Amino acid sequence: MTTPPDIRVHLVSDPTYLSGVRDLIAAVARRLSFSDDACGQIALAVDEALANVIRHGYDRRKDGPITVSIWPLPGDNGHPRPGIRIVVEDEARQVDPGQIKSRDLDQVRPGGLGVHIIRQIMDEVVYEKRTGPGMRLTLVKRVPDPAARPTCADCTCSSAPSKPAPNT
Amino acid sequence: MPDDSAINVTSETIGNAAVVTPHGDVDLARSPVLRNSLRQVQNAKPGRLIVDLTMVDYMDSSGVATLVEALQIARKNNTRMVLCGMKDRVRSIFEIARLDTVFSIATSRESAMTA
Repeated sequence: MTTPPDIRVHLVSDPTYLSGVRDLIAAVARRLSFSDDACGQIALAVDEALANVIRHGYDRRKDGPITVSIWPLPGDNGHPRPGIRIVVEDEARQVDPGQIKSRDLDQVRPGGLGVHIIRQIMDEVVYEKRTGPGMRLTLVKRVPDPAARPTCADCTCSSAPSKPAPNT
Repeated sequence: MPDDSAINVTSETIGNAAVVTPHGDVDLARSPVLRNSLRQVQNAKPGRLIVDLTMVDYMDSSGVATLVEALQIARKNNTRMVLCGMKDRVRSIFEIARLDTVFSIATSRESAMTA
């Protein structure tokens, strides 16, 4: 996306600042007409993305640069509902985007849930290698159409319509 | 700089049950504190371990992973582990991770004592 973002936040890879980013994302999403539940879930998805950068990209180093950029998305012919685009960029180790996958949830073990959570919550999830160092993760979420999903419109609870399994 | 990792976790013993109560958000910065508290309590191999989440407004996958670790230890020790007081926002991450059927989840601390 070539249009400059409406909001751009630079932070270091210190988990201390995750709560501040969550609050920002939820507040912006609320202004863009997402429900309270959806705001919390979008903030969770970004939190998981940042946590993955901190843990796996920077190996828990606390001084690695991370940029979070936010664009409001107006509704248009292709996507009648408005939404939000969030891009997370780092200068950490690059990995093949094809290797970034959810794990088998039938295995009850700690860890490895972040990518699954991100894919369950967001409508679009694209990992890319940046031209320079690091990775770029683009996340898009559209305000759900209440007519199409009258119940649990924007959550992923057990009574919500199921999404296709990621990476299948 | 404030120490954001300073989550408050209280623990108490009621009968044969150890009750662990974290206060505040459980995220990547704070889940290690909860993990240490759970490990300390589980070293005593209580008959029942109740994790009261009433005071937790937010949990990410690192918090969930901490509880999965505790569940694995509990199973080895023949400890009955029950989560209680879970708010909808916290419960949703267990549902996304399909762990809501793996854990025993009670609505209140009282019901967790017998669940």
